[in-house]
Amino acid sequence: MKLKSLLLGGAVALGLATTAQAEDPTKVGFVFVGPIGDGGWTYEHNEGRLAVEEHFGDKVETVFQESVPEGADAERVLTQMALGGADLIFTTSFGYMDPTINVAAKFPDVKFEHATGYKRADNVSTYSARFYEGRAIQGHIAGKMTESNIIGYIASYPIPEVIRGINSAYIHAKKVNPDVEFKIIWAFTWFDPAKEADAAKALIDQGADVILQHTDSTAPQAAAEEAGGVITFGQASDMGEYAPMPRVSSIIDNWAPYYIARTAAVIDGTWESVDTWDGISTGMVGIGEISDAVPADVKAEALALKDAIAAGEYHPFTGPLKKADGSDWLAEGEVADDGTLLGMSFYVEGIDAEIPQ
Amino acid sequence: MMVFGIDPIVLIASLMAASTPILLAAIGELVVEKTGVLNLGVEGMMITGAVCGFIVTMETGSPGAGFVAAAVGSALLSLIFAVLTQVFLANQVATGLALTLFGLGLSALMGQSYVGLKSPSFPAVNFGPLADIPVVGPILFNHDPMVYVALFTVVGVWAVLRYSRLGLILRAVGENHDAAHALGYKVVRIRILAIMFGGACAGMGGAYLSLVRVHQWVEGMTAGAGWIALAIVVFASWRAGRVLLGAYLFGGVTLLQLNLQAAGSNFPVQYLSMSPYLITILVLVLMSAGRRRNALHAPGSLGRVFHASS
Repeated sequence: MKLKSLLLGGAVALGLATTAQAEDPTKVGFVFVGPIGDGGWTYEHNEGRLAVEEHFGDKVETVFQESVPEGADAERVLTQMALGGADLIFTTSFGYMDPTINVAAKFPDVKFEHATGYKRADNVSTYSARFYEGRAIQGHIAGKMTESNIIGYIASYPIPEVIRGINSAYIHAKKVNPDVEFKIIWAFTWFDPAKEADAAKALIDQGADVILQHTDSTAPQAAAEEAGGVITFGQASDMGEYAPMPRVSSIIDNWAPYYIARTAAVIDGTWESVDTWDGISTGMVGIGEISDAVPADVKAEALALKDAIAAGEYHPFTGPLKKADGSDWLAEGEVADDGTLLGMSFYVEGIDAEIPQ
Repeated sequence: MMVFGIDPIVLIASLMAASTPILLAAIGELVVEKTGVLNLGVEGMMITGAVCGFIVTMETGSPGAGFVAAAVGSALLSLIFAVLTQVFLANQVATGLALTLFGLGLSALMGQSYVGLKSPSFPAVNFGPLADIPVVGPILFNHDPMVYVALFTVVGVWAVLRYSRLGLILRAVGENHDAAHALGYKVVRIRILAIMFGGACAGMGGAYLSLVRVHQWVEGMTAGAGWIALAIVVFASWRAGRVLLGAYLFGGVTLLQLNLQAAGSNFPVQYLSMSPYLITILVLVLMSAGRRRNALHAPGSLGRVFHASS
């Protein structure tokens, strides 16, 4: 992989050198945490990149680097991209937050966009999607469909985004099935197919017949298919090759409109540092087709829930809700504010587990 | 019966499957090291096997053919190592590390058009009523064929090394290559064949990951399994039976860690994750305590360059 990164880096540098004397298109860089063929998170970001290329044609040139580790390596890759003449760089994983801020400080003329983080600067925007809205729909279907009343959840890192997803899914599963129980495995990786497959198998061994995943590969889908009688949901991408069973629905991240809008802003010179957090209503979070494995009435309820969220009539975090330690969080009818959601570091009442530190 | 919310029978059955890749790679490396060669390229050979097996399975539709291709592909890769170290007398440590880097790059290149595809399933061997025996059935008679191939390889290697003339020759070459040479054994030829056997085993181990465990090809998917296999050989103090124990220990701890989490235990999983490595370090420390070297059965000529005229 090191060798490949080197070669890629060289190719990027060469490509930039030869096109520099041309008419100078806007250069947009993308930094990916997994390979573009992961079939999940990174795949969808790359689809967004391809949409940018198609939309702007010759006016824009994109460069990307895949499988960039979160941490010091990311800083090197970002520096290289900025030195290579990129005008706008999208960093597409939570762990790139500090590297993005650090590199952005050194290159004030380059615009940066960091996905799922919370640190901003004059030349750093953040953007994310309200995945918890999709999790609510998954929780509803999961609660209705489970027969063992055990729902397995493959979590990645204990960060607010992931905890929000667990809470949202749990609240809505519990609402339709009071006996439901969540078993959560922290994989401490975004992308490690072998580990994800093992985690899925461990959950299935423990009696789970629904697997929710917050990791990026399709390995848990394959494990569920092998085990039989287990349902899953596509994560970040449709993962439609596993439909109608085990994959019964999915959350699809649609970044293309955002990427195109932000690239256009750089070309026009109207780019400003902003914080974007869109959900089902704008289409940034899409719900993949609910397959025939789901009974028609459950499907209709799930779609109604989706419409209510899209219309702003219903918020997935609506009181009364208590925290896992028993303290009150939201009163009857009260809706969670974005600040609390963005920093969420607690389970809601009923989840019998501890968040690893 | 449940222990900490985990069914031990299910756990043992899963750990047998989960340990198969490192078991295969470790037993191959054991034979290589028994002949006095230290091949640190296990990781590179595993990942090459993973991609070769995946490509052939996708083209032919047969996982069996995939495993054969994985064995052949990795044996060919290990031949590079064999030629460099046995014919051109290159440093074994440096060549082995280079083989790992080369294998990682080569596999990424070969697998580019196979990313995101799904391999066909590899069904368990049907033992009929045997699989229904309580306790023994799920543990022993409900696996895919490669689990048994790995176990038979371990038994075979153990028996050959212990009881056969071939085993004696292999050990003689590894213990003292000059003496073996003086007796008329073809040291270089024997070592090259052993290295290729090790490559084939590592390749099948890698293919087990891409074809059985994950059902897809992912760049860098071995994620350090080759290094664990190397550690197991040292941990096992170069004995086939202990390799089996070591592989189950390493594989089992990883699995136990995930199962404990799923069972809702608050036991800090980091301790479990590090325990096999702590044991390996302990074994290494004991080994480097000099006087105990013989007791630990490290082959006498391990890692030394052999040249017939010197």
